[in-house]
Amino acid sequence: MLEIRDLHTTVDGNEILKGINLTVKKGEIHAIMGPNGSGKSTLAKVLAGHPSYEVTKGEVLYEGKNLLEMAPDERAREGVFMAFQYPIEVPGVSNAQFLRLAYNEKRKHLGEEELDPLEFKDLLKERAALVEMDASFMSRSVNEGFSGGEKKRNEILQMAVLEPKLAILDETDSGLDIDALRIVAHGVNQLHNSENATIVVTHYQRLLNYIVPHYVHVLVQGCIAREGGKELALELEEKGYDWITAPVGKDGAGASHVA
Amino acid sequence: MASQIVKQQEGTYQAAFQALQQRTTAGSPNWIARLRESAMDRFEQLGFPSVKDEEWKYTNVAPISKSTFEPVIGPTDIASVLTAADITSSTYAETEKSRLVFRNGNLSQREVSGLPAGVVAIDLVEAVAHEKYGALIREHLARNADYNANGFTALNTALFSSGAFVLIPREVVLESPLHLLFISDSLDPKPATFPRVLIVAEENSRASIIESYTGVNEGSYFTNAVIEIVLKDGARLEHYKIQRESAGAFHIATTSADLGSNSSYDTTTINFGAQLSRHDIQVRMNHEGAECWVDGLYMIGDGQHTDTHSVIDHQQPHCTSHQLYKGILDGKSHAVFNGKIFVRHGAQKTDAMQTNKNLLLSNEARIDTKPQLEILADDVKCAHGAAVGQIDENELFYLETRGIHPDLAKNLLTYGFAEEVIGKIKIDSIRKQLDEAVLNRINARLEVSGAS
Repeated sequence: MLEIRDLHTTVDGNEILKGINLTVKKGEIHAIMGPNGSGKSTLAKVLAGHPSYEVTKGEVLYEGKNLLEMAPDERAREGVFMAFQYPIEVPGVSNAQFLRLAYNEKRKHLGEEELDPLEFKDLLKERAALVEMDASFMSRSVNEGFSGGEKKRNEILQMAVLEPKLAILDETDSGLDIDALRIVAHGVNQLHNSENATIVVTHYQRLLNYIVPHYVHVLVQGCIAREGGKELALELEEKGYDWITAPVGKDGAGASHVA
Repeated sequence: MASQIVKQQEGTYQAAFQALQQRTTAGSPNWIARLRESAMDRFEQLGFPSVKDEEWKYTNVAPISKSTFEPVIGPTDIASVLTAADITSSTYAETEKSRLVFRNGNLSQREVSGLPAGVVAIDLVEAVAHEKYGALIREHLARNADYNANGFTALNTALFSSGAFVLIPREVVLESPLHLLFISDSLDPKPATFPRVLIVAEENSRASIIESYTGVNEGSYFTNAVIEIVLKDGARLEHYKIQRESAGAFHIATTSADLGSNSSYDTTTINFGAQLSRHDIQVRMNHEGAECWVDGLYMIGDGQHTDTHSVIDHQQPHCTSHQLYKGILDGKSHAVFNGKIFVRHGAQKTDAMQTNKNLLLSNEARIDTKPQLEILADDVKCAHGAAVGQIDENELFYLETRGIHPDLAKNLLTYGFAEEVIGKIKIDSIRKQLDEAVLNRINARLEVSGAS
């Protein structure tokens, strides 16, 4: 589904990602972990198409197509979704309005019929139940006045409505209390199936108790320094990140390929 | 040459004044003739303001003073091309039985069967001569809107030939809103109209009043309106001013409100139309415990100019004012926002909040914004701010990552920006009308009825 090859990225002239290699297949859950400033959020944003990041080297194939050549909205319609670490408030635009617009844009792209407001309302109600969101959130402006936890749940609601093939969760656990964390994780697990893939970007192992990854990749200074199964996350929880050092050598020698 | 034209045009106003004075002598009290005379004298001294006047620095009214307009001082002065359909398209379902329609400034239709007993909504000039209301009108007319300070107000005071007098008696609650609809033709000669409204809301009354301006076609005319509002103790008034004049029109208006103790004045002004518009809004809080919301939205495009001058005057303690004015500017347009908040000596426990936000959709649009706060009391809570910006990149990216095309995302964000003001309007048909107007403007593909 996703193949990242030797990805280098700069922002304002500083190199953040220094040769990332990563392969994600259908049905898989990958966790990207790493200390602050290691580049894990950058990776998520580059995949979503954030304009501030410049790819200087490497390529990203999504379902065999060059992802980097696609505009952010095109990527989304093709099934890439990023849950934001800091979801943006959009005053004056209701959640329901926004979601129906996004949903119908995707339907149109796929050559399917658009849903009218009533049909969409039913769909929205069903998906909102997944993240235990009350109907009152639908008429409120997108994220405006939402608590941190509500914003994160709203991200997962959007994901539930848009049903992406590749979901990237950027530090979705930050700022969540344990109950909200459980609700968010439950939503993500419900949405995961053998036909899609999930990348979970997180600093802490905590979220991975609920969303169990098949693979864990540890980013240090813009390179993948270590890879393993879910037990690697537990090891990090216990020992911290200090014992893992950045790989030395050209293009990040430690960046191996996960089959 | 230019000054000659101005002189000529001023002569036209003088002639209209003379004609009006002669016509209204029968049955009309002396005080009104004297008021008109004094106002006309003042207009002759002041003339129209120039950009040398600090209050008019960014708004050049030469296109008004140098054009030939025909002052309309009676219902038959100008042949109207107005049709029933023109009126229907400018009305609201909520006001079917509570509506006054003014054609070129003169009352032409009056439907008030939906108003509770005791509520008065009649022609102002008739009301002046009315034995029951004459004294009350004399007490309030031209007391709030000072014609000594402003040539336009002086001219309106001298030349108004119709208008509305609205009285909401003590304790009376108006369930459905009252609509004052001003429709202008753009004919040859181009009409100059002088709408004048006096609203008196007595103790503990409640009402909602819509004041709207529209033109039949896109031609040129000149509206010079003055609205005076008196709220007695405990009165609550919602007031909507919807300015959707023709593209070639000039619209100059003053709204002046006087708030009684513990009264509440909630006003929203929408400025979408006219090639040049100026709105002076003054709210005097000269009794304790009053509260006001003075909100607005201006949305203009290529070739349009709009100017809002607002004064919220806290003269007494324990008053609260909220102000949110937003602007959307496209093409080569120019908007001015000047918002003064005065907190006078002794006006302790004042709570005043003012915000002006502007969204520029083009590089050629220009905004001059100046929030001003003058505080002479020491125990107050005041805040103000102004912002000018373009579509926020982060908001845009967020919408894009949800599959929304950047053009559509920009439209959605613009719509959302306007919606912050429109969404507060409590009358459904107005909200729907404005939503549609905004969406038309930004050519969005969104549906208003949406899933909201």
